[in-house]
Amino acid sequence: MPKGKKTTLNTIEKPATFGPDLDVGAFKRETSPWPPCTISTLPQDIIQRALSVGITKEKERAGTYFQIDHSAVLQAIRKTFRGKAEIMSTEEAIKKYHWAKDYWWKIVDANTDKFTTLAKSKWDQGYFIRVLEGQKITVPLQACLFISTENFNQNVHNLIIAEPNSEAQIITGCTVHPNVQNGLHVGISEFYVKKNAKLTFTMIHNWSQNFNVRPRTAALVDDDATFINNYMCMKPVKSLQMYPVAYCKGVNSRVRFNTILHGDQNSHLDVGSKVVLQGKGSRGEIIARAIASDNAQINARGLLVGEHEDSKAHLECRGLLLSDEASIHAIPELVGKVKGTELSHEAAVGKIAEEQVQYLMARGFSESEAESLIIRGFMDISIFGLPDALKRDIKRMIDVTIGGAL
Amino acid sequence: MLRIENLTVEIAGKRVLGGVNLEVPKGEIHVLLGPNGSGKTSLITSILGFPSCHILSGNIRFNGTDITTMPTDERVKLGIGVAFQNPPQIRGVKLGDVLRHLTKGKIDEVKLAGTTNIPVDFFGRNLNFGFSGGELKRTEILQLLAQRPDFAIFDEPDSGVDVENLEIIGKAINEFLKKRSGLLITHLGHILRYINADKAHVMFYGMIACSGKPTNIINRIMKKGYKWCERCPKVKRLR
Repeated sequence: MPKGKKTTLNTIEKPATFGPDLDVGAFKRETSPWPPCTISTLPQDIIQRALSVGITKEKERAGTYFQIDHSAVLQAIRKTFRGKAEIMSTEEAIKKYHWAKDYWWKIVDANTDKFTTLAKSKWDQGYFIRVLEGQKITVPLQACLFISTENFNQNVHNLIIAEPNSEAQIITGCTVHPNVQNGLHVGISEFYVKKNAKLTFTMIHNWSQNFNVRPRTAALVDDDATFINNYMCMKPVKSLQMYPVAYCKGVNSRVRFNTILHGDQNSHLDVGSKVVLQGKGSRGEIIARAIASDNAQINARGLLVGEHEDSKAHLECRGLLLSDEASIHAIPELVGKVKGTELSHEAAVGKIAEEQVQYLMARGFSESEAESLIIRGFMDISIFGLPDALKRDIKRMIDVTIGGAL
Repeated sequence: MLRIENLTVEIAGKRVLGGVNLEVPKGEIHVLLGPNGSGKTSLITSILGFPSCHILSGNIRFNGTDITTMPTDERVKLGIGVAFQNPPQIRGVKLGDVLRHLTKGKIDEVKLAGTTNIPVDFFGRNLNFGFSGGELKRTEILQLLAQRPDFAIFDEPDSGVDVENLEIIGKAINEFLKKRSGLLITHLGHILRYINADKAHVMFYGMIACSGKPTNIINRIMKKGYKWCERCPKVKRLR
């Protein structure tokens, strides 16, 4: 974990290790604030875009946070779930809880690169979600980070705490107004999954062709705790670079990263997941599926670090190329630091196997039906072990995207 | 029903069929025998029209229609179906999805699965992933039963299948073929205990070397092996 350091001015110039470099000063910081409202009173085009990233009516979720540009327009927990979970802007949480500082910039280092530095110096709220001790919430909580201003720079900092013995699902959707083409979204997320807690976090992105995205995420997983992180980006984006890390610090801690990427048009995606196994009996799993069409470039990274002799993790990355101009670079890495740690990976990149298409055509599927079936199969999320309702939602989104894009 | 004339085919630059003539009349079941590499499976992929099969000469007619250059899915729509010997694994595509596509709601898939001894939980499994040899054969046959082609081709349905399942498969195929026509490829002939075939053909070097009564031909081959065939003047001539 990073040691606490003071942010220095020169890190605002420091490029990220991966992904194309950006001039962070080229984006607008000023915009007019939005008044508080409910989801149903939002303009229809915003509601539709929010729906495309899994954000739905408040009554279908245990709690909702909705931020547009700088403004937290909605932060509400449903009555039944009060006293079980909290949801508010991080600005409010920092004011309300003096201890919130103990979780703030503790596992993500503000000096990492120009984007973390930017998020520290020009911070625009973000969500605070806390599941209280011993509470098991079956209905998901949701958070939407929305950008409605062209060429805007939004820097959110999220804090998510699952207290001991708690269990919850969170769905986060990040998207832009249909009129927004350019911009930069920086999102810092710090997750704390405490003893025997289970957190399923699903993030869905839907940007626009000229938009840039730089999330910076870290999770700390305590004894007997489980953190499941699902990430999905199926729509074009100019550049997206992220490499979230989970520290399996606790005894028997569990981490799983599931990633589905579809790069099309001129998208540049540099996306990976890291798991650091520090606790006795800690386990990690990374599963990634990447589809590249048109001119998309995808770097699919993965890193497993074994620091405890009783630890085990596996990484599986599969890439499917749908165009000769697209490319997928799978970069799986294993770092064993002690004997006894068991790390493994499998990676495969290729196009649709002709043999599979012919086989399905021999069963009466047309060529395009066969290809679509194979692509859907490639994106099969049943191996992710998601809760049923969430699985249905994500499957529906994949079907819509594949149906429209291929 | 199926009439193949002088079919010569190359796959990946190698001649696999050298002038095959074969006719299966409507309502008949024919057996195709032959040693490994004699061209049996190549004949099937040629009948299906896989793009890897380059037809150098000859033609294939099905119910009077020339299908020699027709795409695979159109041939299938005319009523040709195949249970494959080595089907490919397809990640994420479920057996149940394919079955539902094939039956189009007209047949109870679960009941049908029972006739091939396939448990229902197989429906949720990825196509041909982690299936045993016998399970592969049975799911292939199950898909063909769901597809209901007028002309059914079974490529070695009996290899790698245990005795109990051989009987199940044999009876299922026999029942299915009662009102249909078919071509059955078998290496060891075990399946013929359950199926009444009308005619047998022996393939050598990418050609049909001889045709005749199934029982006669099978019994000879079972007793003496294909080595015996190699000494036959008909086979020697093909060489």
